[in-house]
Amino acid sequence: MNRIDKLFQQKQNNLLSIYFTAGFPNLNDTLSIVRHLDKAGVDLIEIGFPFSDPLADGPVIQQSSGQAIENGMTLSMLFEQLKDVRRHTQIPLVLMGYMNPVLQFGEKEFFKKCNEIGIDGVILPDMPLDYFECKLQNIVEENDIANILLITPETNSERINQIDNLSRGFLYMVSSNSITGGNKTMDMQTEYFYRIKAMNLKNPTLIGFGIKNKETYENACKYSNGAIIGTAFIEHLKQHGIAKESIQTFIKSIRK
Amino acid sequence: MNHTKPDKYGYYGEFGGAFVPEMLYPNIKELQENYEQIIQSDSFQEEFKSLLRDYVGRPTPLFFSKNLSAQFGAKIYLKREDLNHTGAHKINNAIGQVLLAKRLNKNRIIAETGAGQHGVATATACALMNIDCTIFMGEIDIDRQKPNVERMRILGAKVVAATSGSKTLKDATNEAIREWINNPVDTHYIIGSVVGPHPYPDLVTQFQSIISEEIKMQLNEQTGNERPDYVIACLGGGSNAIGAFYHFIDNGKTKLIAVEAGGEGVYSGKTAATIALGKIGIIHGSKTYLIQTDDGQIVEPHSISAGLDYPGIGPIHSFLHDTGKVEVVNVTDQEALDAAFHLSKVDGIIPALESAHALAHLNKMTLKTSDVVVINLSGRGDKDMLTYQKFM
Repeated sequence: MNRIDKLFQQKQNNLLSIYFTAGFPNLNDTLSIVRHLDKAGVDLIEIGFPFSDPLADGPVIQQSSGQAIENGMTLSMLFEQLKDVRRHTQIPLVLMGYMNPVLQFGEKEFFKKCNEIGIDGVILPDMPLDYFECKLQNIVEENDIANILLITPETNSERINQIDNLSRGFLYMVSSNSITGGNKTMDMQTEYFYRIKAMNLKNPTLIGFGIKNKETYENACKYSNGAIIGTAFIEHLKQHGIAKESIQTFIKSIRK
Repeated sequence: MNHTKPDKYGYYGEFGGAFVPEMLYPNIKELQENYEQIIQSDSFQEEFKSLLRDYVGRPTPLFFSKNLSAQFGAKIYLKREDLNHTGAHKINNAIGQVLLAKRLNKNRIIAETGAGQHGVATATACALMNIDCTIFMGEIDIDRQKPNVERMRILGAKVVAATSGSKTLKDATNEAIREWINNPVDTHYIIGSVVGPHPYPDLVTQFQSIISEEIKMQLNEQTGNERPDYVIACLGGGSNAIGAFYHFIDNGKTKLIAVEAGGEGVYSGKTAATIALGKIGIIHGSKTYLIQTDDGQIVEPHSISAGLDYPGIGPIHSFLHDTGKVEVVNVTDQEALDAAFHLSKVDGIIPALESAHALAHLNKMTLKTSDVVVINLSGRGDKDMLTYQKFM
């Protein structure tokens, strides 16, 4: 059974998902970060594969992607680093990145490889819905990969239903209309959070963008199944390194 | 098959589309649903055409160059886009898009710029129509193109330095798109070429198609035949090229030649020749040929001309190339410089470095005396004086 589906069967509240960029701060940190996050008790890990022109990302994730590319990270290398990951951990793993590297790797090969390694879900923010339906849906389903799509405060209800239908695993609920690492206040989104909750969607929801500490995490958890932290974690890695203790300290500061 | 119109999802064959994150979807959707109806309306066309005539100075002349004709043994015509207000064809699109933004009730314009020509054109149109304007420009380009930065500021625009990535045009485009994501409701983004997510390639194509519409009429007046044997234009993103080609595609006679920036040579590692080196990928929301690594990272291109210094080309050009409707060639920095100096001396016209690429291709053609050749002189060389001084 897909580990994301299993996770949400067992647990519906206060989930914590952490995003980091593969190849940052150092090329070969990927597996260590995954293992430390697992030990620190997070529920789900999103591994970003870097792209030179990440449209939806703010300066912190852009910079980590740039550094990762400079360090030599590629999709092939990431798959190589992760090939034995399932010997170490059973935590649900999601790959996140932009379409172009996937296109160059080969779309079919990409999803096949994800399945082989034990990746449970994929988030491709710049993949259009019609493109998914025409070109990717069959391949994604054949490989038992959860296709995780984004919704925002500006997404209308008809489209939310369409996205909900094409999604599996969870819906990535972007907290505000902004790029990652934004500072817009949570209060502004309360109406949107309530509106989504009232829609009774088939997929659970995790809130991401702008979640950076205990306060924002707990607030997000009030309206959804949990929250995603990316930028703040990357900032932490930059300042405090990737050692087990460092990562544990960060996770503890969010959730006991 | 129609070679000039995308399908309803924005595809020209396999190229184009709208590969944008959900945060950008409402902005794009609003444009997709409204642009055609607005720009085809009589009131829009009337206002657009009158501004092009009375403010921009259209139609621009089609100049028969006796000197070049004698030298190359054919009938060579120059379409004088360099005589437009602000010095290049970019103003056609800027005026059109600001008019569109007003009709969409936007009160703020953002745009990206490389050399500064599109930025100046946008700042100009915004000043004219009294709308707030912010231009994103790579930090490196701000240093290289000081006079255009000052022009934009005098025109009342705010110039914001793009400090991400390679700090040039593609990063200025990324920053403008990010700004749009953060301000989806009140802001319109004016993209400067036939690139970006659907409907931009079609939108910009329609605003620039006035160039070939005029060439057709002017050629007919001057020669009695509206179909030339060749139309030659430089190709960066491709807005002047599609403007010059548009009404000649599929006419059964005219050969269309797009000239890319070869930089220091196609295999030198310092080039912007997308078709020569590119592979199909996704850049700025559009599927097209682009210069990239095997792993799909976009490579920073090189050209002596900042306006051709873009790693992709518009999806319509990828399609016209693959279907054999347009021949894509390239010339080097040096060949472009030589052509610029030559035209300055023989005809008294200092062309933009971009346009000089189109001129330089003349040397590589085998022409008959009866051949009618139109070269799109997309811009004037004032902005390139520092570069020209260095190579004189």
